[in-house]
Order: sequence, then C-alpha cells, then structure tokens
Amino acid sequence: MARKKKDTHTMLNQEISIEARQTEGLSLGTIVRRRFFAHKAALASLITLGLITLIAFTSVGVVIGGSGNLVTDPETNRLAVDGFRIPGWWQFNWYENYDVVNNGGAPTLQLWPLDPGLHPFGQDTLGKDIFARVMRGIQQSMTVIVLVGFLSTVLGVVIGAISGFLRGRIDSFLMRFTDVIIIIPTLVLGAVLGRTFGGNAVSLGVLLGLIAWTGLARLVRAEFLSLREREFVDAARVAGASNLRIIFRHILPNSIGVVVVNATLLMSAAILIETSLSYLGFGITAPDISLGQIISEYNEAFKTRPWLFWYPGLFIVAIALAINFVGDGLRDAFDPRQRRLPRTEGAIADIKRLLNRGGKK
Amino acid sequence: MESQNAIIKASEVSVDFWVDGSWVMAASGVNFEVKPGEVLAIVGESGSGKSTTAMSLLGLLPVNGRASGSVLLQGEELIGASKKRLREIRGKDIAVIFQEPMTALNPVYTIGFQIVEALQVHYPRMTKAQAKTRALELLNMVELPDPEKAFNSYPHQLSGGQRQRAMIAQSISCDPLLLIADEPTTALDVTVQAEILDLLRNLKQRLNSAVILITHDMGVVADLSDNMIVMKDGVVLETGTTDKIFNDPSNQYTKDLLAAVPHLGAAQAQGRAAIARENVQPTLRLEAVDIEYPKRGKVPAFKAVQSASLEIYPGEVLGLVGESGSGKTTIGRVVVGLLPVKSGNIEISGKSMVNVSKADLMEVRRNIGIVFQDPGSSLNPRWPIGQSIAEPLLLAGQNEPGRTNRVSELLDMVELPKEYRNRYPHELSGGQRQRVGIARALALSPKLLVADEPTSALDVSVQARVLELLQEIQKELQFATLFISHDLAVVDLLSDRIAVMQHGVIVEQGDRDQILRNPLHEYTKKLIAAVPVPDPAEQKARRAARATH
Repeated sequence: MARKKKDTHTMLNQEISIEARQTEGLSLGTIVRRRFFAHKAALASLITLGLITLIAFTSVGVVIGGSGNLVTDPETNRLAVDGFRIPGWWQFNWYENYDVVNNGGAPTLQLWPLDPGLHPFGQDTLGKDIFARVMRGIQQSMTVIVLVGFLSTVLGVVIGAISGFLRGRIDSFLMRFTDVIIIIPTLVLGAVLGRTFGGNAVSLGVLLGLIAWTGLARLVRAEFLSLREREFVDAARVAGASNLRIIFRHILPNSIGVVVVNATLLMSAAILIETSLSYLGFGITAPDISLGQIISEYNEAFKTRPWLFWYPGLFIVAIALAINFVGDGLRDAFDPRQRRLPRTEGAIADIKRLLNRGGKK
Repeated sequence: MESQNAIIKASEVSVDFWVDGSWVMAASGVNFEVKPGEVLAIVGESGSGKSTTAMSLLGLLPVNGRASGSVLLQGEELIGASKKRLREIRGKDIAVIFQEPMTALNPVYTIGFQIVEALQVHYPRMTKAQAKTRALELLNMVELPDPEKAFNSYPHQLSGGQRQRAMIAQSISCDPLLLIADEPTTALDVTVQAEILDLLRNLKQRLNSAVILITHDMGVVADLSDNMIVMKDGVVLETGTTDKIFNDPSNQYTKDLLAAVPHLGAAQAQGRAAIARENVQPTLRLEAVDIEYPKRGKVPAFKAVQSASLEIYPGEVLGLVGESGSGKTTIGRVVVGLLPVKSGNIEISGKSMVNVSKADLMEVRRNIGIVFQDPGSSLNPRWPIGQSIAEPLLLAGQNEPGRTNRVSELLDMVELPKEYRNRYPHELSGGQRQRVGIARALALSPKLLVADEPTSALDVSVQARVLELLQEIQKELQFATLFISHDLAVVDLLSDRIAVMQHGVIVEQGDRDQILRNPLHEYTKKLIAAVPVPDPAEQKARRAARATH
C-alpha cells in the first residue's frame, strides 16, 4: 500500500513537471534532437565519427584543387602535391619517404607509458609514414561516403516518392529506368566510369552516388504506395495542401525510418565499394590514397608487416559501424511510438529467472 | 460450492504498464467468475482496462505490461504460467473473437486453411481430411450460407458479417471453455449485428461455454449478457446481474454511462426552431449527382452513387444514414472534393465545385471542414497534434503567432488542455484524437462540416461527450453539417433532417421525426427495427418478435 502511494505521488509530480514543460511549442526537429541525444550508442558513434573526421582532416592537412599529381617543388627540391595545400599539425605527409626508425618500420606506438613515438602506426619499406597515409585515406573515404550518401539518398527519395505518390505512367517510366540501373553491377559500372573520369575521391563519390540509389527508390516507393491511402493524407488534401507538401511534409516523415536505415546502409556499403574498387585498382589510384588502396598496395606484405593492414582495416570497420549506429539512433528518434523498458525487466530478468530455475533443478 | 463450477475465476487481478520510467496502473483488483453457459459483460470507456484485463487472462499483454493476482481456469493458475502452457491454452481452452475480422484473419490464406491450422495446432493427430470435415461442420454451425464455398474463400471475398462468422467459427473450433469476445459487433452494420448476436446466443447454449463480452455498446450488453462488470480507470465500480444494473444502477458512474447511451426516439420533440428555408441560399446543394469509380484493368467501373440530390441550409444538420457500401461515405468524400463526380452538380454556398479551375476549387474548399471516421489514421502520426490542427491555417496563409493563438482557441473549444498541442496522436485516447480531428476541421471556421462517422470508433460515454460537444459548437457557430453515420440513434440525437441510403440511392429523405417515427420505405423500417435497445426486457421482446417472423 505504501509503495502504491509513493508511486502515485511520484507520478503526480512527473505529470506536473511534464505539463510545465509542455506549455511551450516544440517543433518536430526539437523533439527528434532530444530523443536522438538520449540514445547513448548513437550519440557516442556520432562523436566518434566527428573525432575521426576532425583528426583525419586536421592532422595531415588538405589539398584543394589542382591535378593531385606529385610534382617536385623547384625551391626546396622536395615532393609536393599539385594544388592549394593547407598543412596540418602532423609533421609528416603521405607522399614523402622518411628514414626508417624501427626495425622494418614497426610502429613506435607504446601503450604504457603512452608514447606515440615518431611513427605511431609504423612505416613501410620506403619509410612512408603510415599514420599520415591512413589519415589521408580516411579523408578520401569520408568524402566518398558523404557524397554517395547524400546523392543516392536524395535521388532515391525523390524518384521513389514521385513514382509512389503519382503512380500511373510516371511511375512505370521511373521504375523501368530504375530496373535498367539495377541490372548493371555497381562494381563493374564503378570500375568503368572510375577509369574514364579519373581516380579522385570527388568524381568517384559522385559516380557511385549516381548509381547506388536504386534500392532506396524501390523501398520509398512501396512506403509511399501504402501511406498515400491513409486518411491523414486526405485530411491534408482537404486543408488545401499541394502535392509537394503532402509528399515532403506528411508522407516522408512517416517513411523516414526506411530512408534513414537505408541511407546509412548505403553509406557503409559505399566505404566497402570504394575500398574494393581501390583494391582492384579502379577507384582512387596512386599517387592519391584511400583506405582500400593502402591495403591493395601492401597486399604482399601481409605476413611480414601486418601493421600496414591493422590501421586501415580498423578505421574501415569503425566508420562503417559508427554510421550504422547513428542510423539506428535516428530511426528511433523519428519514431514517436518507441517504447523503452526498464533494464531490470526484460532480458536481464529473464536470464536471472533461467539461472534460478537451473539452480532449483 | 458454486465457485467450483466456475470455468474461470479471477481474483484481485491487476495490470500495470511501464510508461516513461514508472509503472502505471491499468487495472487493479478485478474479481469475477464465469460459469458455463453464462455471459459476463465487461463494460467501460476506452482506457478503462476492460480489454487489458481480458488479455491478461491469456498472457497477451504488450511487452511493457505485467499482470498480478490470480486467474484460475478450472482450478489452474494462469498468471505466471509458462509460455508453453499458455500457448496450449490459447485457442483451445480460451478463444478470442476480435473486433475487426478483416485484420484478425490472415488475408493471404483461405478461411478453410486458417480453421484447419487452428485445429491441427491443438490436435496434432488430426488428419487434413478430418480437420476439413470439422471445419465445414463449424462453418455450417455459424450459419454461413455456403460452407463449402466459404471454406475456399479468402477473407476479402466475404462480406463483413460473413467474415465475423468465419472468425467465430475459427475461435470455437476447439470447443473452448471460455470465449472472449472483444467488441465482436462494433465493426458491423446494425442488421448484421442483430444476426451475429443471435448466433452468439445460440452457440453459447450449444457449446455450454463461458463467454466474456467486452463492449461499449449497452444495446449489445442488454441483448446478450447475464452478468456485467462496470469498469472505470482500471477499477471495478459495479458488479451484478444485467437486469439489476440496467434497472437499478447503484453507482453514479453507471447511471451516467446508461444515460449517455443514445436512445432511438429519446430526443422526442425538442422543439428545435424550424429553419427558415425561404430566400436562404443552401450551404450545400447536390443536384442529381452520379459518382463512379472508374474501371481499373479488368475491374469494371462501379457506380457508387446514383442521382443523389440533397440540400443543407445554414445551421442545419442533415443525417445521412445507410449500411456499409451504401455510398454514404462516397458522397461525403465528393463533397469535400476528394473524389470527382461523373455527372450532376455540387454547389457550396452557391459556388459550383464541378468543372472549375484548381484555384476556385481551393477557394471553395476553404469553406468545408471534414472530420474523418478513424481518428487514429486521420492524424499524421509523426506530427504533434498542434501542428496538425495548425496546418489548414498555415496553408491559408496565417502567420505564426496567429496560428498559435488559434490552436489554443480551438483546443479550448474542443475542451482539451492547451498543453496537449505537443502530444503525438498515439499518446491520446480515441475520444481525444477525435476532438483534435474536430478542432482541425473547424480551424478555418467553415460554412459546411462533413462528419464521416465521427463517433463510430468511440465508446458510448466518449461518444456522448463528443456528440454533445459537436452539437454545442454547431449551435454556436451555425455551420451546416452533413452527418454521415450508420447509427440511427446518433443521427436521431443530432440531425434536423435525415436521408437514408441503400445501394447508392437515397431511398427516403425528410424531417427527422417523419423518418424515424413514421418511415415510409421498407428499408428504413428494417433498419430501425434492427437497432439494439439498451434495455434487457425490451430486447427480449424484440428477439421474440424477430423469431416469430
């Protein structure tokens, strides 16, 4: 009885505070942001992604414009990349050879006491700094991911939404066009186009983005076909909403789960496609670097110098995982019907119960 | 001695849900027992815990729910029973008839397959042929006209009433000890409802099962049940025999609930001021309107409405009555411009809606509001309700502070707290959602309100309040209303005039009193006779009258 009293008391308190909070108007965006930030794994992943990106871009600096080819600077007689170069805080760059410090170029990173040393991720046989190379690789891979994610999501959503909402001839036309793109293997198309249009990250990202939207378009179309029959769409139409408003303000938020999950899957697929293409020698090609290209370049030294693979591999996995977690968090944040259970009920309690039962026997 | 006979005995059953970090009580201290051949009705508003209590008997609570107390099924404890044991009990000893047979039956399997499946799950030794014989027997038992044909039909090939019969056949396939009927007739037309109620009564006697009937329809309770429980906010307020509670309710809430039931003919001669029709332009005028669903592929064109003519004057409520498929909703959708007309003319305050430019149509639409049938689907689930209400205002070009004020005003008007503007539809009850629907429809102060079965998804006391609210607002703002409903009692309560539809044709039209008290058309008479009356004695007399026919 006492417990019950206390429960209702806390409930009342909560209700009052909720009421006080809810007098102000909250937009959908605010609510989604709050819910997303409450999702621990997603938030941690977002921070990780941000940190990786930040370190990758600031450490070795970036090159803007130019052909990306290596040229010899006539003044200092050192190698340099063609284009406007913003230097970073890391003392080495990804294209020059340095003196090999450790035997065979092994990593100088020490965990206890923590000491990065001169070349924390190690060096290759020529003395190139692997840390700088991995950082440059992340830059390129990130560029590809962002471009593919953005382009293919926009294309997929727009094409899927239009054909699902308007149906009829436009739908048949767009879906047959989608079929045509689907039947061409992405890897082959990417390889051919990559070879034709040059091996830098921006062109590769755009090309992959232009061919990777098909699955998403199909899914969005299916969602729209079912959602357009719901009464709230009729209600909006009676209120005088235009087709565009109904598509983007009413139906799209309801299919956001499908869109976000697939966009994140696409992005993690993009990093893998990019690495495979680069590994095969069709994607980002030397003298520039991507994570896949590092692995491909050193593929004969797997036994002798494993550190050449550890770090690029680690970052590929970390980035792909983090993107998936962020997608999960976004989906939950957009779905107001999500229920959360207390930790003590559910799985842990089930295990306890199982253990108890086992003990009795 | 008596309690030993009881098939199910619930004592101190409580159900809690985990919501936003604390346990919220959904039902507490529920006691009842049901003996073979008895019907126990659990009555209450939405959210009163009646369905939750019934589902806790089966262990079918949502993941965030927990049940406590004791439920004895012939002496066996069900709460805390293993999942395997509960699975064995479900369908065999306790069966459920759900509200909406279209969603409760699997659309990709035939009726026969689904009954055979239920049989074979519980009797693994039964052969396909035996199961089929038994299934046909069952379909025959629920009085389906052609059991063999029904056996091979898919759910969508049957009518609503036939689907509900098939659903009942599936539930009684294993001769359950206890049958839980969760709003078994809510989705059905009155004439079909009367048939299903007769069927349930016959079956109960033949199978000698105990029945728990969950409903909000007092007419159904009066017709079917022996004992009843009245629940509110998870607490049992009154228990007793149906006769006693109907004739002599002791609890105030029960009295209110009974008073809230709209009685056909109760709104006798309220002396509404006759609305002057001369020299007044009708708000809505339909002239010989034909509506056709165009042919699609091999499906031929379907004429949903034939030469319908209607007029509604300012401040008037026209009730449009008919069974499902009669075309009444189609007329409503045409009036708000969601469907095109094939021929004929529609005028809103003298402005035609047919063959006009898109801009003109938009202008006309500003004067129409619509309240949809299902408040669950008519509000965008991803939008806070404040945003949904404000949408017509936004599209009409109102600025932000103006919208905020108007939304507060509208929420006040439909008697919802202002804080609710940030809530999502799923956080509100059905009645609250429908209030939101009304608020949205009235956002632009329309001249015509189309209400498409606005209360058919709500239970009585909620329905009574929503109807009262609608009536008040209508009197205050004096808009014309096209009120579409299958419930004659509701129409009786609200309308000035009534039009009756059957198979796409308006068969009778006239003043409320003339239609309800003195119907001329055969169909209208049949419709009025089928309405269940919330009075056990009266209902008995009617049943007898039906039987002799």
